[in-house]
Amino acid sequence: METKKVLTTRRALIAGLASTGGLMLAGCSKELPPTYGNVLRMGDLLTYKAHRLLLPAHTLAKEYDRHDISSMPAIGTTNPADSQQPFFNADLGAAYERLRVGDFAEWRLSIEGRVARPGTYTLTELKRFASRTQITKHTCEEGWSSIAEWTGVPLRTVLDAAGILPQARFVNFYAFDDIADGIDMFDALHPQTILAYGMNGRNLPVSHGAPVRLRVETQLGYKSVKYLHRIVVKDEFDDMGKNGLLQNGWSWYAGI
Amino acid sequence: MSSAIPDPLTADSGSGHTRWVRISHWIVATSVLTLALTGFVILMAHPRLYWGAVGNDLTPALFELPISRNHKHGGWERSVAFFPDAGSPVTASRTYDIFNENSWGRSLHFLAAWFLVATGAFYVLAGIFSGHVRRDLLPRGPELTLQRLRQDLTRHARFKIQPTKGGPPYGVLQKCTYFGVVFLALPLMALTGMTMSPAITAAYPFLLTVFGGSQSARTIHFGLFVALILFLIVHVFMVMMSGFKRQLRAMTLGR
Repeated sequence: METKKVLTTRRALIAGLASTGGLMLAGCSKELPPTYGNVLRMGDLLTYKAHRLLLPAHTLAKEYDRHDISSMPAIGTTNPADSQQPFFNADLGAAYERLRVGDFAEWRLSIEGRVARPGTYTLTELKRFASRTQITKHTCEEGWSSIAEWTGVPLRTVLDAAGILPQARFVNFYAFDDIADGIDMFDALHPQTILAYGMNGRNLPVSHGAPVRLRVETQLGYKSVKYLHRIVVKDEFDDMGKNGLLQNGWSWYAGI
Repeated sequence: MSSAIPDPLTADSGSGHTRWVRISHWIVATSVLTLALTGFVILMAHPRLYWGAVGNDLTPALFELPISRNHKHGGWERSVAFFPDAGSPVTASRTYDIFNENSWGRSLHFLAAWFLVATGAFYVLAGIFSGHVRRDLLPRGPELTLQRLRQDLTRHARFKIQPTKGGPPYGVLQKCTYFGVVFLALPLMALTGMTMSPAITAAYPFLLTVFGGSQSARTIHFGLFVALILFLIVHVFMVMMSGFKRQLRAMTLGR
């Protein structure tokens, strides 16, 4: 009886160590966010893998009625041209100011990386694609939430137009406030993941990310990058260095 | 019938704890303490609670807690209406540098939650199959009389706590409390927590219906936190009253 128990414990220990090793190994490969040997990042990775394994694919986040639209604070960067703001970058800020003064007529969204047809899109060109309007809830990691109506082009439509190459796994976003962040193909191809240019029936205001922001309705608000100027499709995970949230101690996956 | 249900009134009763109960207890205890601490840190970032689907600094709160410098900070630019009609929802830009330690706070909260969920699931399954739940935790018919409950309540209110060697049999109030924590409070804690997740509620929107929205779920989550902290205080107090050293020994070494 006692021998049996010891064996079970040992087996459990081996299995446990092997799976931990597997997690750490996975953390080192370029197909998953790195853990940097940090136990918190290992927990984030477990949550990410569990969600991808257990949650059904592409179920829609709840959509609300017009009368559900609520007030919504604008936080983080509320104007990339304002030197007082925490993520201010002088060059990007100046470029943003020039574009804003010209009503974003000169604004271009560049799509690069692992796509068959890299290129740039003007706001008019983006608006020429079939649009999608959704009234959804914005969940901020701070604890608050709000409901707004977002209009834009599904990211999938734009990626299809650019022709994503079969090995592509991640889509990364670069913003005028010098923030960079990415999502995996699972979220990038989600029907509610849109490049939004309209909010509550008007053009997207500067404080909420004009002219175009990302909306990822299956993740927390901070993944919905504002003030987009560049999208890069990648085969491998890219933590985007000091501009990325991961190296600043934030979970890359924010579905929870 | 009374012989079938041992009365823990007798001093020095207690049969000790099995090994899997002891291991589960301390993993759960560590997880719950970590969850409570990080949960409080997360709440400090936005110490306002709401009822319904949404709530933020520009909408009325159910109540506000003065637990960080973010309490009523007032660092907002002039608000701008979204629509022309009166009473339209508004937006405003925040100018205040808030307290926010959620980067590590949230990740540690979820890491501890994984330990709690895994250990909790193991404990409940082992508890059901070993008979521990039915034998030691489930308040059974004959002891669940108003008279027994009142008796036990009076005994506690007068601090007539007998020293014990630790472990079952438990009193009827004790059983009700443990049963409530294991099968009601902790599962509800996990479910209301998941109702705040955008990925999980996209997959299972019924969670939003059950708890009346993610902000209601957040408020219930907070209410359960308060309840579990009260439980923790009473639990530790009772352990101290009934022989702290022996109880601690029983939960660590068995006897």
